[in-house]
Amino acid sequence: MSIGLFRIRANLEHSVTGFANIRIARKGTVRMGSIFNAQQIVNGLQVGSIYALIALGYTMVYGIVRLINFAHGDFYMIGAYASYGAFFLFNSFFVGKTGILAFIVLAASMLAGGVIAMLANQLAYKPLRYKPKLSSLITAIGVSMFLEYFFSALPMIGPSYRSFPDIIPKVEINLGLATISNYVVIDIAVAAILMVGLTILVRKSVLGKAMRAVSQDKDAARLMGIDIEKVIGYTFLIGGAFAGVAGLLAGMTYPRIFPYMGIQPGLKAFIAAVLGGIGSIPGAVLGAYIMGLAETFASAYNSLIGEGIAFAILILVLLIRPRGLLGEKTADKI
Amino acid sequence: MKRFALVLVLVVLAASIVAAQDIKLGGVGPVTGEAATFGVSTKNGIVMAVEEWNAKGGVFGGRKVKLIFEDDKGDPAEGATVYTKLIQQDNVVAIVGTVMSKVTLAGAPIAQDAGIPMISPTSTNEKVTLVGDYIFRACFIDPFQGTVGASFAFKDLKAKKAAAIFDIGNDYTKGLAENFRATFEKLAGKGSVVAYEGHPSGATDFKAQLTKIIAAKPDVLYVPDYYNDVGLIAKQARELGFKGPMVGGDGWDSPELVKIGGTAVENGYFTNHYSPADKRKIVQDFVAKYKAKFGSEPDALAALAYDATYIMLDAIKRAGSTKGSAIRDALVKTNLDVVSGKVTFDANRNPIKSAVIIEIKDGKQVYKTTVSP
Repeated sequence: MSIGLFRIRANLEHSVTGFANIRIARKGTVRMGSIFNAQQIVNGLQVGSIYALIALGYTMVYGIVRLINFAHGDFYMIGAYASYGAFFLFNSFFVGKTGILAFIVLAASMLAGGVIAMLANQLAYKPLRYKPKLSSLITAIGVSMFLEYFFSALPMIGPSYRSFPDIIPKVEINLGLATISNYVVIDIAVAAILMVGLTILVRKSVLGKAMRAVSQDKDAARLMGIDIEKVIGYTFLIGGAFAGVAGLLAGMTYPRIFPYMGIQPGLKAFIAAVLGGIGSIPGAVLGAYIMGLAETFASAYNSLIGEGIAFAILILVLLIRPRGLLGEKTADKI
Repeated sequence: MKRFALVLVLVVLAASIVAAQDIKLGGVGPVTGEAATFGVSTKNGIVMAVEEWNAKGGVFGGRKVKLIFEDDKGDPAEGATVYTKLIQQDNVVAIVGTVMSKVTLAGAPIAQDAGIPMISPTSTNEKVTLVGDYIFRACFIDPFQGTVGASFAFKDLKAKKAAAIFDIGNDYTKGLAENFRATFEKLAGKGSVVAYEGHPSGATDFKAQLTKIIAAKPDVLYVPDYYNDVGLIAKQARELGFKGPMVGGDGWDSPELVKIGGTAVENGYFTNHYSPADKRKIVQDFVAKYKAKFGSEPDALAALAYDATYIMLDAIKRAGSTKGSAIRDALVKTNLDVVSGKVTFDANRNPIKSAVIIEIKDGKQVYKTTVSP
């Protein structure tokens, strides 16, 4: 699966650059060159990496319990705040030891995102597991709002913007075709490592096997002696941890955090997951990178209607292929 | 109650007989209520200006100014009441006030109907002066900052090519960007604004637009957003290799700007109404006198109220009359150096005047220069 995944990504990048070259050669204008170039691809991949980490949680949870967890964007916010808190807590102990500090901050974001996601499952979704689907869906929206308002009411967090510290000193590298910072490399690399890790986990480990079994048939899985609640709990933990990391990366890249920061990326990641085929892990990643790149190219093409173009692409894809790019055929989605 | 009213009327009458030669000037500001600090600064500015004119020997023919100041409490209904009172009971010849646009909009029609010229020190809403030809203001309206930003970029930063990025969901930043583009193209020629990009409200990633902007190689980037977006835009622009100066509007005026933007906002400049660090003598005199009198550094509201009073009294002096229409005609021809710059009025009675440019230097706001449009 992972090889297939990266082949798709490579092809995608290829086709985009190829397209750019054709267009530049034919039109010969600076305009096209400033839209489809290496820099914009890097920009799109960076945005896409953050979407991908969030989209994975959406798709995993959907794959296992058929629930659209609308609170997922808020786990991303919690990850950002947890790493912010951890940084200021440990900053004075590890002055100059950027590596250790970065590790602590990363662990804090994953732990916070994961644990809150698990708690949300335990307290809000589990009691409704065998109730009508709509109940869980509405509860998810409720959990999302609760987390947002609760965090803005907490005195140590509050509703206003906070500036996120530079955990790792920022270095810009000019590669000729594109200027990238070490943050771009970190964003893309961390996302890639986690995605490969997840793929290995799902394919090779016992837990992964159990997850796949539960997603295929809950009752049969239970009959085979799989503790499905435990598996669901772990799924939330992993999904939440991924969202938490995305929050940390976003905080570093866009150094401004606030309790409602999860709404927009959460929504876009959800769309990415649907675009790729919800329930499919490679689909979520593919959808996220398509969203990131489409948004970037569309904004560069015409910034006034950029977002609109990105969403029009989504509608088109879903019209032609309702189950998403890599989605399986199912009767109902929500 | 009736007797009290009678006594009051007699006192007022007596007072007006004693000071028959005085020119009655109305002042209005929200001294209490939600904008109380604005009101206090405004009152201080007006009082100080009136005292200075009286110390100089009055407005014309030895006639001194008698200020009648009323509190509008920041409430439009209260504003309408005090405007009516000033005009009908106190028979003021002109009014300086008030601060908040919504209250000014309640008072302005009353002044207009009575033919009493008025000048608002700080109401920025475009509609205020459109109420009628007796209504003026001393502050520039928001889009005007775009014009000043463009002249600064062209004349002081010697930029030949400019780019702008703005929030498509916010009239303030859109208006500034549009005016910036129009003025810059007028100064540097058609096509000199090489990129003009919007971003949706609430966006955090501006790299697509910025990459396109940087590819067009502008000498200066105009960013008329609010400080929290400016911080992110500046960081991403620097990350993508933009080294030129950035210019913005008074939305930059927050200590948070440097916290979010860090060193990326260095080599950044923004337009503002007034700076106490302005080295012109008129400003330094004003700041020193104000500090001595009120014990604090004057803010923009105090400065603009002081200026508005000067503009009004200067017009009365040139009119040589207390007739509303004569003062109005003189106001239109205003050409006066005041604390917030050199003021003339456009066809809509909005001031055409200079703005100050503040530079972000070593994480601090530093007065750079005063720019005329």
